[in-house]
Amino acid sequence: MTEQEILAGLGEIVEEIAGVPAADVTPEKTFVDDLDIDSLSMVEIAVAAQDKFGVEIPDDELKNLKTVKHVVEYVQAQGISA
Amino acid sequence: MSDSQPPAARGTEATDAADLVLPAGMPGARIVAFGHYQPAKVVTNHDLAESVDTTDEWIRSRVGIAERRIAGPEESVADMSVQAGGKALAAGGLSPDDVDLVIVATCTPESTIPNVSAGVAHRLGIRAPGAFDVNAACAGFCYALATASDAIRCGSARNALVIGAEKLSQWVDWSDRTTCIIFADGAGAAVVTAAATPGVGPVVWGSSGADADKIYIKDRHSYLVQEGQAVFRWATTALHPVAIEACRRAGVAPEELAAFVPHQANLRIVESIARRLKASNAVIADDIVTAGNTSAASIPLALSRMAERQQLPSGAPALILGFGAGLTYAAQVIKVP
Repeated sequence: MTEQEILAGLGEIVEEIAGVPAADVTPEKTFVDDLDIDSLSMVEIAVAAQDKFGVEIPDDELKNLKTVKHVVEYVQAQGISA
Repeated sequence: MSDSQPPAARGTEATDAADLVLPAGMPGARIVAFGHYQPAKVVTNHDLAESVDTTDEWIRSRVGIAERRIAGPEESVADMSVQAGGKALAAGGLSPDDVDLVIVATCTPESTIPNVSAGVAHRLGIRAPGAFDVNAACAGFCYALATASDAIRCGSARNALVIGAEKLSQWVDWSDRTTCIIFADGAGAAVVTAAATPGVGPVVWGSSGADADKIYIKDRHSYLVQEGQAVFRWATTALHPVAIEACRRAGVAPEELAAFVPHQANLRIVESIARRLKASNAVIADDIVTAGNTSAASIPLALSRMAERQQLPSGAPALILGFGAGLTYAAQVIKVP
């Protein structure tokens, strides 16, 4: 999966769960400060990402993924190693 | 000892003995009435914001609670059980003499010995019923209801009073803003009787003891501890299949449900499970907004208050789903009385 495909998929997830327009989900944005997404929504996003990308994001990893780019890179890296 | 004959091996002497006699049992059990009780004292989010670092907006957005009820210092789980149970009996038109089984689901009894249920039965004037407490935490009411239904179907009881009651306020650290904003006190009850057609569907229940450390009270001198994020993840991923399976086993499609009444743990968990259940025609219980999380009491409390507001059409199927510490979970479809 390409970076662009993951970004687009993540945008759809964020829009569905947090009501943030997918177009606003750009790589440099932080979830908490820029997109106003709280920790529980992050858990829901991680769970949805697992369904969509087949990559598990445990709570211990999730707390380090501050920006959209972090998640895209994580999914890409885990997707390759899986 | 391993060389000695087990007692069963001597059973050849008893082959001519008559088979044990079992009662005929009943085709099903159904709920005929609900009752509930909430303590008088209302604690709002604004009240809590005065003593811990939190805000009304934060609590509403994270857990969905606006206010909760807290029992008085002298008010016990047994007191609340008596109130809720008495109302359910009166609403069902049953006299205490009709009841032969009393189950109280609670994880916050005042004492471990004696149990809550026998004393509650006595105070309600129910003479010598089978009486025991169930501790399956927030799943307790569904476990107790399944047990009562099966007891009636097997002929072990005719009429059961099933109560969920909790006084979580005495186990909460009121300086811990992660828990004191969530938990509350209250009681709900259901009267369950024999029925020609089942009004309590098959239970789907289970547990995950590997996750026992996610919600616990270490000992009688400790406060309740919860790993909120881990519990949230479990609740939003593991439970909708349980809910769907309970519908399947009862022969009711999710879109046929008139109500979905899950344990009132957190409004966001409720909404997440409801979304995945796709119960498109169901009223989704949001009793947590004004009742808080009352563990084993939350489902019968919500059912009773929803019935009082006429949100539950009589005879319609409703899905209940309990889940919590243990971890434990249980779900069944019921017919609204």
